[in-house]
Amino acid sequence: MTEAISTTKQRKWQDYFTFCTDHKVIGIQYLVSSFFFYFIGGIFAEIMRTELATPDPDVVSPELYNQLLTLHGTIMIFLWIVPAAAGFANYLIPLMVGAEDMAFPRLNALAFWINPPAGVLLLSSFFVGAPQSGWTSYPPLSLLSGKWGEEFWILSILLIGTSSILGAINFVTTILKMRIPEMDIHSMPLFCWAMLASSALALLSTPVLAAALVLLSFDLIVGTSFFNPAGGGDPIVYQHLFWFYSHPAVYIMILPFFGIISEVLPVHSRKPIFGYRAIAYSSLAISFLGLIVWAHHMFTSGTPGWLRMFFMATTMLIAVPTGIKIFSWCATLWGGKLNLNTSLLFGIGFVSSFLIGGLSGVMIASVPFDIHVHDTYFIVAHFHYVLFGGSVLGLYAGVYHWFPKMTGRMVNETLGKIHFAMSFIGLNITFLPMHELGLMGMNRRIALYDIEFQPLNLIATIGSYILAASTIPFIINVIWSLNKGKQAERNPWRALTLEWQTSSPPAIENFSETPVLWSGPYEYGIDSEPRDSDSIRDLLAEVASEG
Amino acid sequence: MNIPSNIITLIAGIILTMISLWYGQNHGLMPVAASEEATQVDALFNLMVTIACGLFLIVQGTLIFCVLKFRRKKGDTTDGPPIEGNIPLEIVWTAIPTIIVFVLSIYSFEIYNNMGGLDPMASMASHHSPAQHHHHEPMLAMTGEQSQLSLGIGDSPDENSNSPVYVDVNGIQYAWIFNYTDSGIVSGELRVPVKHPVHLNLKAGDVIHAFWLPEFRLKQDAIPGKDTTLVFTPTRIGEYPIICAELCGAYHGGMKSRLYVLSESDYEKWLQENIMAQSAQEANTVAISTAEMSDAEYLAPYAQEMGVNQEIITQLRPIQ
Ligand SMILES: [Cu+2]
Repeated sequence: MTEAISTTKQRKWQDYFTFCTDHKVIGIQYLVSSFFFYFIGGIFAEIMRTELATPDPDVVSPELYNQLLTLHGTIMIFLWIVPAAAGFANYLIPLMVGAEDMAFPRLNALAFWINPPAGVLLLSSFFVGAPQSGWTSYPPLSLLSGKWGEEFWILSILLIGTSSILGAINFVTTILKMRIPEMDIHSMPLFCWAMLASSALALLSTPVLAAALVLLSFDLIVGTSFFNPAGGGDPIVYQHLFWFYSHPAVYIMILPFFGIISEVLPVHSRKPIFGYRAIAYSSLAISFLGLIVWAHHMFTSGTPGWLRMFFMATTMLIAVPTGIKIFSWCATLWGGKLNLNTSLLFGIGFVSSFLIGGLSGVMIASVPFDIHVHDTYFIVAHFHYVLFGGSVLGLYAGVYHWFPKMTGRMVNETLGKIHFAMSFIGLNITFLPMHELGLMGMNRRIALYDIEFQPLNLIATIGSYILAASTIPFIINVIWSLNKGKQAERNPWRALTLEWQTSSPPAIENFSETPVLWSGPYEYGIDSEPRDSDSIRDLLAEVASEG
Repeated sequence: MNIPSNIITLIAGIILTMISLWYGQNHGLMPVAASEEATQVDALFNLMVTIACGLFLIVQGTLIFCVLKFRRKKGDTTDGPPIEGNIPLEIVWTAIPTIIVFVLSIYSFEIYNNMGGLDPMASMASHHSPAQHHHHEPMLAMTGEQSQLSLGIGDSPDENSNSPVYVDVNGIQYAWIFNYTDSGIVSGELRVPVKHPVHLNLKAGDVIHAFWLPEFRLKQDAIPGKDTTLVFTPTRIGEYPIICAELCGAYHGGMKSRLYVLSESDYEKWLQENIMAQSAQEANTVAISTAEMSDAEYLAPYAQEMGVNQEIITQLRPIQ
């Protein structure tokens, strides 16, 4: 009966192009638009890798190369990973806590609709000469290389920053205030914990970035000298302000996917998450420590020795909560009954490649070693293992996991596994050789390099083509599954979190009746009865009819 | 049943340790080390590689084992064991990383101190009388008396007693200019005698650059309006790249130079030839004093074209 009601009220495709306050529509809007920008950022990356296949700058001009690297970084961070995480958060948080919608639905829609103009503004900077000073935009270089391109970049980031503040307010309020009464804070899904930690960081640090960019704007347009040494300004102050946001930004980009992995692994290995509280609180610990490590990006900059030592110690400490998560995920898999579908493969791939980024992360926390590798390809390798091996694989794990819920269709597992294999192999071929390149002496952000570095660069370029090709089976899979995929049941994975208690896709008001908290979010194997809310519901219906 | 699995764990542990120890020493990922401090950094790196290798094998091994061993059998819809945690185990894997990062922090601190990173000022004050600096001081640099906090890497506390070489290094788009404060030599390449401490005073004329010597594991940003320091003692004769590591514009990738570590006698010879050449040049051609050179550097933002700068540099270069 409830199924019939929910299927009559479905969203039309047109709804996804409107100012719609339904969190599920907004979630899909975020996900689809961020994927569009991923595509553009990916093309920029492929052009750069093609340039780097040979030592000479022969494919694009060095100026264009710098524009591409600036926009690649900016797009991948601000228009792909951050909004994609917001997409999952929007779609899942209300469902996971049993709410009808977000706390502030209109603010939520506004937060999304700030993004497309910001993206268009950023891309249109190509018409006025795109920014060339990297996504870090350090003055004085950023003040010298093209005024309007730089200004477009600043405005676009300010818009996206505003959007992420609005989003974070919504996430925190919804998680804290809109849970169904039976769900206390220690029985909410770990994704909610992760979003709490990530949103706190966004709220605390984004305003500082905004301040830095507004001042940079003044230097650029009005000719003030906040950061311009030619007028007595201090470029190092900009670096501090910038990294005060941009280091936490790394955690804003990875914490949501930590959350997704903590959802995906238990469901598909049919075991409770190992160490719920440790994982939940380690997210908070990471978020707190994340606020006091920023100057590790400045170990070779204007940072005095004692400060370098302080930031080395705090940065190293982050390895502890991160290690707790990795070990807990491994222990979750251990002894389980692994259903090795695409979602779980991406989940395990996430742990495997994020680990590499984590290990190199501890190394570069060490000042004497970082002095050698700072601004080299070792760093490029490190953060791509974190952000591609981590965030992007985690994102795909989430897409494959919740696709049935979001669309009402199952994905094609064969195409999914091809997608996984190509992504995992491609990412390692692309980014593993970069460690050696950096150690041996190849600096980053260069369009031309010494001939001795060519073999490894060529390997990396080939890897990047495999990565580019890996999106083809994914796109085919999505299009095919949307039209021809098997109809998804309410709860195809027999998962315990609340979003699986409603129909697939959920009705407009989410739950046709108030969801019931049958158990904790991960209590698999506690009783051996199949955990299908449908069957429980049937059972209740039977009892009722008998009565 | 229990004993063999313990033995297997033990053997696996031993093999894993052996592999990690071997790889930590034989990764071959670093270029040659051309100073005592570089060797120390390498020792730290080797230790970190050993630990990372061990953790890598443990975690990846666990993942692969899980994928192979704990697959769901076809048709099995039951759940796995309801294990929700294990406090002793969790304490262990919290404690081990804590100890590791504690040890690494202390060790890194030690090496950083040996490199002279904690107090770059101390060395400058003891070795370097401000007077030596004065007559070649470019405009933006802070005047001799170092009024602000010194930044960078200073002397190793146990530096040998050979006389130091002082060089002002100026980064401009897209070249490094070396100005020997004692002899007045200006060059586009850096030549230093082996086993003598080299004191570099880094300045930047236009944007931020970074002075990187991969074989010395040293890097320090050259920041406009703020002098920074690098001190090192080369122990190995040879030719090494100098690389700009901070994005500084379109031709950032081309901003390179060479460091020649010469034997003491070769260095003396080069020094004499160039002092003579320099004075000859000053006598009959347009003298390029350091003061004028700094003007050119500070105007460099207008000369963004690679060609222009190359010209300046070749002009500035004495005999190659
Ligand atoms: Cu440079």
